[in-house]
Amino acid sequence: MKFIIAVIKPFKLDEVREALGSIGVAGMTVSEVKGFGRQKGQTEIYRGAEYSTNMLPKVKLEIAASDDLAPQVVETIQQTASTEAIGDGKIFVLDLASATRIRTGETGDTAL
Amino acid sequence: MLRTLTRAGAAGLAFFAPVAAFAQEAAEAAAPVANPGNNAWMMTSTILVLMMILPGLALFYGGLTRSKNMLSTMTQIGAIACLAMLVWVTYGYGLAFGPEGNQFISWGKFFLAGVTSDSTAATFSDEVISEYVFICFQMTFAAITAALVLGSTVERIKFSAVMVFGVIWLTIVYFPIAHMVWAGGGRFFEMGALDFAGGTVVHINAGVSALVAAMILGKRKGYPVEPMPPHSLTLTMVGTGLLWVGWFGFNAGSELEADGTAGLAMINTFVATAAAALAWMAVEKLMGHKASALGFCSGIIAGLVAVTPAAGNVGVFGAIALGAIASVVCFFAVSKLKPKLGYDDALDAFGIHGIGGMIGAIGTGIFHDASLGGPGGDLSMLDQTLVQLNATVTTVVWAAVGTAIAIYAAKLLTGLRVSEEVEFNGLDIGEHGERAYN
Repeated sequence: MKFIIAVIKPFKLDEVREALGSIGVAGMTVSEVKGFGRQKGQTEIYRGAEYSTNMLPKVKLEIAASDDLAPQVVETIQQTASTEAIGDGKIFVLDLASATRIRTGETGDTAL
Repeated sequence: MLRTLTRAGAAGLAFFAPVAAFAQEAAEAAAPVANPGNNAWMMTSTILVLMMILPGLALFYGGLTRSKNMLSTMTQIGAIACLAMLVWVTYGYGLAFGPEGNQFISWGKFFLAGVTSDSTAATFSDEVISEYVFICFQMTFAAITAALVLGSTVERIKFSAVMVFGVIWLTIVYFPIAHMVWAGGGRFFEMGALDFAGGTVVHINAGVSALVAAMILGKRKGYPVEPMPPHSLTLTMVGTGLLWVGWFGFNAGSELEADGTAGLAMINTFVATAAAALAWMAVEKLMGHKASALGFCSGIIAGLVAVTPAAGNVGVFGAIALGAIASVVCFFAVSKLKPKLGYDDALDAFGIHGIGGMIGAIGTGIFHDASLGGPGGDLSMLDQTLVQLNATVTTVVWAAVGTAIAIYAAKLLTGLRVSEEVEFNGLDIGEHGERAYN
């Protein structure tokens, strides 16, 4: 199993959710987060005084997927969330040791 | 108010000087009774000006500060306005509009001695209004001017210092200048200076005082290195709207009657402001930024300030030009001049009220001329402009010296500035023991 963490632009969330649904992803956790990468924040100007904001708003997706589905999930997110502009985000893939469904006690792929 | 020097004709000073003494002499001769229509408009105008202070200015200034100083800013504005009201009825009205006096100050009618429900104050024609109404109308001007000064000193001045400064500043700066501009026999009044609703008395005076106060008080900790963005432009926008609405009382009320000139002041207060709001946003765009909400609000205030002395003294297109010019100049004052000179005028009281007031006062001399659509007067455009310049320079010097005295006196009595710890934690908790937001 793989654990996929993707940080994307907030306005891309609906599109990504739909695309992942269509390839069979059953669930995900979404959080509103702030951060920066190469984009290094943005500048706000009040009456001519510049303030640079170091952190930009992003959306973080957390998805657990079977080993078979994981590459497809990564590819789908990459393609759907891309605007080809700086600040599109990143996708991280981790090995997932176990998963348990709380209601039934199922473990492994069947719990996803 | 002074545009009427040109309209007075044979009526004589006694009829249009807004001074109770003249009003009473007239009253003895003809026993005039206040016209209820004019009285009603003046009572409405007075309350509109009150709305400019609370909640207008309180929200406008409060939104521009950091959230930890929101209540402190609003409380300072409310409290100094209340203080000004009490000082006004005690001796302020006497010092500005008393029956005896010279070109700089007047006296008499302290504690409103002799004023009754039947007393009247002159307007600019042979009409009169109730003296209590006139006293209230002028009282709101004293209150808002004192509150305006605080825009440069917020986020670091002690509340006690504000109160001490308020009493001294009103006494030695505001009342004399109000007398000079608006009272018969006052220095600027006799010179023929045009100041319809207080360009010199309110805006140049408050702006220059704000600059001097900010320089003596010193910069906020961390300025200009740390970011100090406005905490709520939403509230600033609400405050801006209330100020604009209230300003009709300020400007159209300054005619003291509900007549055609009040109508001119009204339309000018619409269009000069509209032009100024768009001009500020346009110049932001031309300077490579985005047209901003704060730019919109700032432009509105700059336009309102500039049209204040001009309201009944220029034509509609003169007002549009004046609003737009003042807005552009104020933009450069706050975005270029302030950082270059390094003073911490926290909310740009000098950059917008001081600079905008000067553009308005001097510009009134130019756009008053009939060739530019103004009502025109006896003086040539050049002579009128020189008179305006004279009044402006005198106001600047008077306000600067008087404010320095008032601020140093406040420093002696209260220490003037909050401790570093209070400044860091915010004046809401440090000075008032409350938080604006939980």
